[in-house]
Amino acid sequence: MLENLSGRLGGVVKTLRGNARLTEANIQDTLREVRMALLEADVALPVVKQFVADIKVRALGQEVIGSLTPGQALIGVVYEELTKLMGAQNDALNLAAVPPAVVLMAGLQGAGKTTTSGKLAKRLKEEQRKKVLLVSTDVYRPAAIEQLKTLAEQLEIEWFPSDVSQKPVDIAQAALDYAKRHFHEVLIVDTAGRLAIDEAMMAEIKALHAAVKPVETLFVVDAMQGQDAVNTAQAFNETLPLTGVVLTKMDGDARGGAALSVRHITGKPIKFLGVGEKLTGLEPFHPDRMASRILGMGDVLSLIEDVQKTVDEAEALKMMKKVKSGKGFDLEDFKAQIQQMKKMGGMSALLDKLPGMGQLGDIANSQASDKAVARIEGIINSMTPAERRKPELLKASRKRRIAAGAGVSVQEVNRLLNQFEQTQKMMKQFSKGGMAKLMRGMKGMLPGM
Amino acid sequence: MFSFFKQKLGKQETPETPPQPAEESQAVEVSATPAPLESPEPAPAPVEPSAPLQVAQPQDKPRLSWAERLKAGLAKTRNALGKNLAGLFGGGQIDEDLYEELETVLLTADMGVDATGHLLKNVRDRVSLKGLKDSQELKGALKESLNELIGPLEVPLSLGEHKPFVLMVAGVNGAGKTTSIGKLAKYFQSQGKSVLLAAGDTFRAAAREQLVVWGERNGVQVIAQDSGDAAAVAFDAVNAARARGVDVVIVDTAGRLPTQLHLMEEIKKVKRVVQKADPTGPHEVMLVLDANTGQNAVNQVKAFDDALGLTGLVLTKLDGTAKGGVIAAIAKQRAVPVRFVGVGEGIDDLRPFVAADYVDALFD
Ligand SMILES: Nc1nc2c(ncn2[C@@H]2O[C@H](COP(=O)(O)OP(=O)(O)O)[C@@H](O)[C@H]2O)c(=O)[nH]1
Ligand SMILES: [Mg+2]
Repeated sequence: MLENLSGRLGGVVKTLRGNARLTEANIQDTLREVRMALLEADVALPVVKQFVADIKVRALGQEVIGSLTPGQALIGVVYEELTKLMGAQNDALNLAAVPPAVVLMAGLQGAGKTTTSGKLAKRLKEEQRKKVLLVSTDVYRPAAIEQLKTLAEQLEIEWFPSDVSQKPVDIAQAALDYAKRHFHEVLIVDTAGRLAIDEAMMAEIKALHAAVKPVETLFVVDAMQGQDAVNTAQAFNETLPLTGVVLTKMDGDARGGAALSVRHITGKPIKFLGVGEKLTGLEPFHPDRMASRILGMGDVLSLIEDVQKTVDEAEALKMMKKVKSGKGFDLEDFKAQIQQMKKMGGMSALLDKLPGMGQLGDIANSQASDKAVARIEGIINSMTPAERRKPELLKASRKRRIAAGAGVSVQEVNRLLNQFEQTQKMMKQFSKGGMAKLMRGMKGMLPGM
Repeated sequence: MFSFFKQKLGKQETPETPPQPAEESQAVEVSATPAPLESPEPAPAPVEPSAPLQVAQPQDKPRLSWAERLKAGLAKTRNALGKNLAGLFGGGQIDEDLYEELETVLLTADMGVDATGHLLKNVRDRVSLKGLKDSQELKGALKESLNELIGPLEVPLSLGEHKPFVLMVAGVNGAGKTTSIGKLAKYFQSQGKSVLLAAGDTFRAAAREQLVVWGERNGVQVIAQDSGDAAAVAFDAVNAARARGVDVVIVDTAGRLPTQLHLMEEIKKVKRVVQKADPTGPHEVMLVLDANTGQNAVNQVKAFDDALGLTGLVLTKLDGTAKGGVIAAIAKQRAVPVRFVGVGEGIDDLRPFVAADYVDALFD
């Protein structure tokens, strides 16, 4: 089924479809595939339902640009929305507190809290030179305290001894006192895994939170988690004022739909990804990568890039169609064209997007610097609308006024007009002779740009 | 959700294992048996423990009384599923809305798109074949379909003639391997079998100490080494079990994700080396699955089966709100018997898998 989706999107149809719009009918199939892809990725059903409904609202009526199929256009929207929903890129803890800044770890059994505690401690110590103290309050799971201690020793980070005969809140309190007295900047409090429905244990972590008043309360979630992620996230979010999420075991091949479920329920930022058991395995969160992973194909990103490319190509073609249609190419169009080039990453990127024209890109790019583009914009902006429409109005006195307005020399205004004329000529050639002639003309136009 | 299993099968309250005084915690054994032949590395010198590992007995969680716990668990189960099911099976016509609700129930139990589609079609067929009209009857049809799908997974573990019976445990990190081994040791002992544990997780910090606690709770011996070679530990354990006439040896292994290819190779080696110690073994290769896991569980079963040839599954953490419905997907795509379910962190929180009970728990 994923192969289906992939295949469906992969075959980019190269025909120009005009200005179709997304309709209920033409997005139905793709929407169903998206729903299935999300479910297969373990995004929780209520979240999938809402997401698909939102996408539909957003997509309906949108113009399908250029050579895209409606399905492809929809996927573009899906990817964009999903990325947006995943939140911002992230890789930092908030440690703005009167030291010690306390970090509290929370989550289900086996989620990866202890390993993540170690990874965080290492990161804070090595990258931010923080004096960190680790403490385990897991008096339930056999050898859990021992595990944290071993990690701390490996990392040469101080740990606060605790014992299974103690109460978790007492341990945390004592560790906090110790951290204060010994000027630790950060205290990381590891906790026992607990089920969201275990009321006694949820009450315990609430008490832990009240005792140590953490600046960061991190919810640790296994990337492999399924539908229940919503229930668990809801319960933890209601019990604790969570400040962030860590998604663990991301080096596996789970698609990680739980990330979206948890994000949807808690609204809290995903701060880190746990990747591997090595204590270096903590990575920043990238919403776009997560979105493409959830959508299920390693090649989704490149696919979307293709879609994007096609969109740009379509815009370029639209511009040229305008010329072809006989309507004159004026300075306003010229400016729009230049702005579009800038948006698309310069001339070279534009040429890359036009089939078979990539090799010309290098020449173009060396000329079309951002600064040059800005100057051109400045000059055209100093013209009156009438002058932009009818460049032949531009005589010496007007040129002087424009040059002064744009803060450039008259020669530069002349050079711009020269370029404009060449482009105009080129556009006419294009309308007669097509792409090949256009490209030949373009070479002549470039110097000075 | 499955706390009610405890009512059916559990005998007593939260099992209190009497805390064992430290002097008695001599369970860690360091075997003097040389390393297995296969390891190309120099034979790991057995490390004499300077002192027996002193491992404190962790606390029991602050528990509600047995009855309270059961009630709470069931109430949650009803909340989670009941909302859907009240409307679903509450009487009235069978219509498309009803099927959609049914689909919701199956999907949110982690059954996956494929198995859900299969079950829905199956239910529709039953409905039209039998001319069912009432939504009450739909429940029966659904139970039948689900039983038909996962029923074949109910194949109880039998020890057969092998002595020692060698059971090897595998799974991803945190699935519940070590805990399940602790419970299995109790289970086998309650069947009159003697048990030996092998601390084959030589990777995770304090994994050995964790197993040692379970050994103490069960009063069984734990074979461990400082060598860091899981295969060598397993080899020693099988030989030790044979020498001592132990009935069951259970080999713990480090958690690993199927994407970590070198670790998948390592566990294959553990199996090969077990076979050197006992050409008929291992007699059970068990994958431990966390019921919280979504569709990735299917990948896990496939990958570990390809690597090791799985003979059984344990589905853990069914005492939470996760339903473990992914076994329906597993039944469809790579059927491996589910031997046991885990319903808590205590030593008695293990049940043989009974498909009909599981289905009842999902829908009643
Ligand atoms: N609630 C619950 N927790 C469990 C169950 N089985 C294991 N756990 C917990 O899951 C966590 C990981 O278990 P562990 O045996 O260390 O996993 P391993 O890494 O696979 O060996 C521990 O906190 C266990 O107490 C179960 O059936 N129910
Ligand atoms: Mg373990």
